[in-house]
Amino acid sequence: MTVAVITFPGSNCDRDCVTAVTEACGGAATRVFHKETALPSSTTAVILPGGFSFGDYLRCGAMAARSDIMPAVQRFADSGGPVLGICNGFQILCEAQLLPGALLRNKDGRFHCEEVELDVVGRSPLLTYAPGETIVLPIAHGEGNYFADDDTLAQLEREQRIAFRYKALDSDGNGVVNGARQGIAGVIGGPKRNVIGLMPHPERRCRALLGGDDGQPLLRALVTSTFALSTRGAA
Amino acid sequence: MSSKQKKLVALLADVDATTVEHAKEMGLSPDEFDRATALIGRVPNKVELGCISAMWSEHCSYKSSRVHLRRLPTTGPRVLVGPGENAGVVDVEPEKANGWAVAFKVESHNHPSYIEPYQGAATGVGGILRDVFTMGARPIAAMNLLRFGRVDHEKTPALVDGVVRGIGGYGNCFGVPTVWSTAEFDRAYDGNVLVNAFALGVLQKDAIWKGNASGVGNPVMYVGAKTGRDGIHGATMASDSFSEGQEQERPTVQVGDPFKEKLLVEACLELFARGSELLVGIQDMGAAGLTSSAFEMASRAGSGVALDLDQVPMRETGMTAYEIMLSESQERMLLVAQRGKEAAVRAIFAKWDLDCTVVGAVTDDGLVRLTRGGVEVCRLPAAPLADEAPRYERPHVPPPPPPPLSRDDTRALLARPADAIRDVLLSPTLAPKTWVYRQYDREVGAGTLMDGTQASAALVRVPGTDKAVAMALCCNSRHCSLDPHEGAKRAVVEGYARVAAVGAIAIGVTDCLNYGSPQVPEQMGQIVAGVDGIAEACRTLDVPVVSGNVSLYNQTDDKAVLPTPTVGVVGVVDDVHKVAPAQGLKAGDVLLRLGEPPTSVDGSFAVWQHAGRKGGLAKLDLSSTTALCALVRALRTGGNVLDARPVLAGGLATTIFEVARQCDLVARATLPEGEDFLTGFLGEDRLTFLVVVDNQGIDAVRARCAAAGIECAVLGSLGVAPSFRLADAQGERVFDADFKALVDAAEAIVPALVSGPRARSAS
Repeated sequence: MTVAVITFPGSNCDRDCVTAVTEACGGAATRVFHKETALPSSTTAVILPGGFSFGDYLRCGAMAARSDIMPAVQRFADSGGPVLGICNGFQILCEAQLLPGALLRNKDGRFHCEEVELDVVGRSPLLTYAPGETIVLPIAHGEGNYFADDDTLAQLEREQRIAFRYKALDSDGNGVVNGARQGIAGVIGGPKRNVIGLMPHPERRCRALLGGDDGQPLLRALVTSTFALSTRGAA
Repeated sequence: MSSKQKKLVALLADVDATTVEHAKEMGLSPDEFDRATALIGRVPNKVELGCISAMWSEHCSYKSSRVHLRRLPTTGPRVLVGPGENAGVVDVEPEKANGWAVAFKVESHNHPSYIEPYQGAATGVGGILRDVFTMGARPIAAMNLLRFGRVDHEKTPALVDGVVRGIGGYGNCFGVPTVWSTAEFDRAYDGNVLVNAFALGVLQKDAIWKGNASGVGNPVMYVGAKTGRDGIHGATMASDSFSEGQEQERPTVQVGDPFKEKLLVEACLELFARGSELLVGIQDMGAAGLTSSAFEMASRAGSGVALDLDQVPMRETGMTAYEIMLSESQERMLLVAQRGKEAAVRAIFAKWDLDCTVVGAVTDDGLVRLTRGGVEVCRLPAAPLADEAPRYERPHVPPPPPPPLSRDDTRALLARPADAIRDVLLSPTLAPKTWVYRQYDREVGAGTLMDGTQASAALVRVPGTDKAVAMALCCNSRHCSLDPHEGAKRAVVEGYARVAAVGAIAIGVTDCLNYGSPQVPEQMGQIVAGVDGIAEACRTLDVPVVSGNVSLYNQTDDKAVLPTPTVGVVGVVDDVHKVAPAQGLKAGDVLLRLGEPPTSVDGSFAVWQHAGRKGGLAKLDLSSTTALCALVRALRTGGNVLDARPVLAGGLATTIFEVARQCDLVARATLPEGEDFLTGFLGEDRLTFLVVVDNQGIDAVRARCAAAGIECAVLGSLGVAPSFRLADAQGERVFDADFKALVDAAEAIVPALVSGPRARSAS
């Protein structure tokens, strides 16, 4: 049982995710290089970490979404395997169309690194927070302005697939910090609500020593996953 | 070297003989040209003179400062690598044979940042990161010290915006947390900004790499980005003064690619992990590019290298040998591999999609020999050029002391003391830099325990251990202007006190000496005094200088910057659990002042604001400083205090406001009986600490202070009252302001100066 953390060229939170899973959550984690075409057979969950995959050149997440490992991640997600995309990982999941919408440049055109308050709102087996709980996680991104068209937003809302919302909203109801529509900080996808993408960094808040542990439940949900692909090697 | 003068050199072919006129264009004096000619026994050709001028530039050779830098203490039981390598290395686990060490260095990128702020600052970060990972270390923290001109200068908004974006753009993508930043404003920097970048990495102390080209026949390999025409002669530009209109020098500024550097660090760390099975030595191509890496690697090993420049990966066509050797294209490294292991080395870089090419071999003739198109274009002795650069004992005189403060100078201060406090708290220099910090990823690496928005120093965990490294980058340039010796000494003290306040013991110093022209005796006098000040403090506080950089000619026409010897102090905490921020501060917590109170406003920020460079600066007693810092460190690690801060620029008022702002609680403080309001709240002549204790903990702290013979005064407390209030004991002089409005006003200062009417959109 291992959490596979994918390393793309330019990923820079991959090691942090491994540390959070192993040190703070007592799980096992393996880094998987983007040039692989299969996940380790013991994979029970996948993390697409933050960073600047392929330098964010072209469009953030666009190149990584087309790298060699992604078909395997796609099959894993389609089969109901838990997949977490953090920051750049969220952008990659959107570019790979595993999640709806896109992440645009922050409204003010600047990179933002700060703590934000989030409402946990959606339904997913990976969201083990108390209903309506408010948590604090740090963000660190230049392109976290979530965009989807009105129909998609309505559908996400209806299906309770908005995972997190920024608590601070502007007068249009968008996130103050980056302009995200309806303050969406994370969304849920996959056939079994098994795919989550979010801009904040839960791996940076897994120990009180590092400023808080509000991110731990999310990573712990991955660690305790017993998901296994029914046909070994299919991924 | 300004563009209009470049004509002569441009007309010359690679192998053409040069004259003293060409040497002048390249920044060499006639004497230096003669010295070069004598050294090689003939007139150098264009390529050779280019190499010599780069190696002998102030930037690469430290020719004006070297004789003085010798006075710095550079050794100690924890020092594993001292000055002279890419970065200094200090032991953080002396109790273990193969434990952790840290590699760190600070370097300037001032001239390029003024000409092209985004790329200048970005490549400054890139360069210092390469210096650190070249030693075998994984970078875990970055800091920067910035100085800009006055806020209403027309160039300041775009410079601030570009520099901050550049630092963030590079560090964030590379994946190093930028945990500390300080930005100040003064008209002395109108024509010359300062961008000093620091990086620190961790490595196993038995796996330190150096830039040695040894083993005859071993292949010399080039890795990383391709070579272009950018940054040609950048080291020479950085060794010259500016004159009006120098923005045309933009082509001499390099362009950074942080993504490429991220690939490079990962590939290099994989290569290092294979040990000497594959690798012999490695050096980054920083200032003076391929020239300095080739000459220095050969010189250190006492060997030679022969390079075929046709093999160098190039981004542009038709590049001459001269251009290839002097390009400062970024994200490139030169390494010497074990013979026969080329394929294994190449495979590691190929995994990370990086070019890796054999460009030559190590020889035993002590020469750097270069060919281009089958023709030998350079044949120079490596060691003499690298080691025997000219050294100058430039004439220097003590800088004139500042004029005395007159009654007129301080009349406004004395007449309206509350306004004086407000002016200090709301000055751009002391205003919160939240806007700056927010643009830096301060947490990537998931090891940041405290950054500059939370504490007096940054604290970053050493991965996989309970240890942490504390660090701060400091200089009070106003103090250095008043008294260059005392100011530089106090820069070391500031860093020492800052790391003590987070519970760390200082283990090493890196410095970046930013001054004007060494050819002006008064300015050379500032440099000499600055070095002596650092040396005095480091010797007394027992902290060695392990790396550094000198940046001279920070002047436009004949106007120099304030003397700015930037000092980076690195400390270690053995158990992070003892100093980690507990539950935070709460209403009712008590503010104490430790140490003897200030005696005067002389040398304070407030006086500088009202009168400029006037008055004096008292000599700080270093032995009582050591004792005070030791006590604060002990209180911090012993859990006796909740927070501690040295009182620095802007005095006690500024420190109290900073703590209140950061914990979002209102502070109220009253000076002890008999203390003058302005001196007590704005004085900076002595070192004191502000500490915050739980109400129950006052007696314990008082007892510890009494036992150590250190003065301890209760000033007030934190609470939820609406107004922030500072007063003298009689309540005659009072600063009272609505806290929220004061915080909002302070936080608005930096964003407003950037987005003001003159600001342009960024690159």
